[in-house]
Amino acid sequence: MAKSVTHEFFKGFWEEIAPFRLVLGLCPVLGVTTKMQFGLGMGLATTFVLVCSNLLVSSLRKVIPPKVRVPCFIIIIATFVVLVEMLMQAYTYELFLQLGVFIPLIVVNCIVLGRAEAFASKNGLVLSLADGLGIGLGFTISLGALGAFREILGAGTLTLWGDPLLNIATYFPGFQAFTFMVQAPGAFVCLGVMLCGMNMLGQK
Amino acid sequence: MGDYIVLIVSCIFVNNILLAQFLGNCPFLGTSKKMETAVGMAMAVVFVLVMAGLISWITYHFVLVPADLVYLRTIAFIVVVASLVQFVEMFLKKSIPALYAGLGIFLPLITTNCAVFGACVLNIDFERTFMEALVASFAYAVGFGLALIIFAGLREKILLARVPKPLQDTSIALVTAGVLSLAFYAFKGMV
Repeated sequence: MAKSVTHEFFKGFWEEIAPFRLVLGLCPVLGVTTKMQFGLGMGLATTFVLVCSNLLVSSLRKVIPPKVRVPCFIIIIATFVVLVEMLMQAYTYELFLQLGVFIPLIVVNCIVLGRAEAFASKNGLVLSLADGLGIGLGFTISLGALGAFREILGAGTLTLWGDPLLNIATYFPGFQAFTFMVQAPGAFVCLGVMLCGMNMLGQK
Repeated sequence: MGDYIVLIVSCIFVNNILLAQFLGNCPFLGTSKKMETAVGMAMAVVFVLVMAGLISWITYHFVLVPADLVYLRTIAFIVVVASLVQFVEMFLKKSIPALYAGLGIFLPLITTNCAVFGACVLNIDFERTFMEALVASFAYAVGFGLALIIFAGLREKILLARVPKPLQDTSIALVTAGVLSLAFYAFKGMV
């Protein structure tokens, strides 16, 4: 079966949506999703690294000797992570401070290495680009959704790039923020409940 | 001395690397299905994290800072961790085969364990001194092992329970981890 570019792109949104279907790369998923914008920012940074590393790995796939491929992939990924780190420090300093240790941690995000190993090292440039973009955007959407869910319940607001989009208190004046959701234990519970919801949808 | 005790308590309980800092969650969910694998992973992490913490601290302060290459921290640390893991694996295989048999399969996994890498970065970010970094690395690793082993025990019990179908497997594991995290959260007032 010939692999189509659109299929590789869209599989990242449902079939293989990163943190839910492939339970990989959970650390940023849990760590940064206290607000929707942090989730989206983290997702976009990861997407950038994923696309660039997929492209480079794919174009070098005939040059890299199979025995030392994993260290090579890690060096490639680390290079792009340093790039993202410096770019974010320069242009989105606030976000950079908020995401903190999780930006350098993209290096050890299993999704990025997993895609390099499982996909980009075996497929051509265009397919790898589609795969990287699809998985990356699917990851961004998941992080954004989880962030939105936690922010609405935990703080009663929804902010995007510093602008409040929504404030629950205007619709439901007696709303009490459920702060449990934005704290550490809430992250696990929220992700578990969302996964349960996805399983229910998937079963039909 | 008092400072070190505060640091140890803070790294093991209050800022538990798994449940409060969210580092190393892939092995946390991946190796906690059985008590044996959880213990193996915990030991391997204690072993590697302490060494990685020390070597990364030395690399940062004696190589990167004098050479003005601080921005290469991420690359340098990942190379340090990866080669350290490889080296430890070879060393154990050759000289302590009994330990290798126990830890062997977990060692390669540690390269991409964010707990190890994250602890190295945190040691630098919090500007810890050499002794503090040593103590903190050890305490982080103990916290990791503690949480992982407790969680493995919980998951073995969950196997006996009747769980609704959509909640099964990872989903219920995450909710359980949330409850465990709540227990660790209670230490927050201590330090």
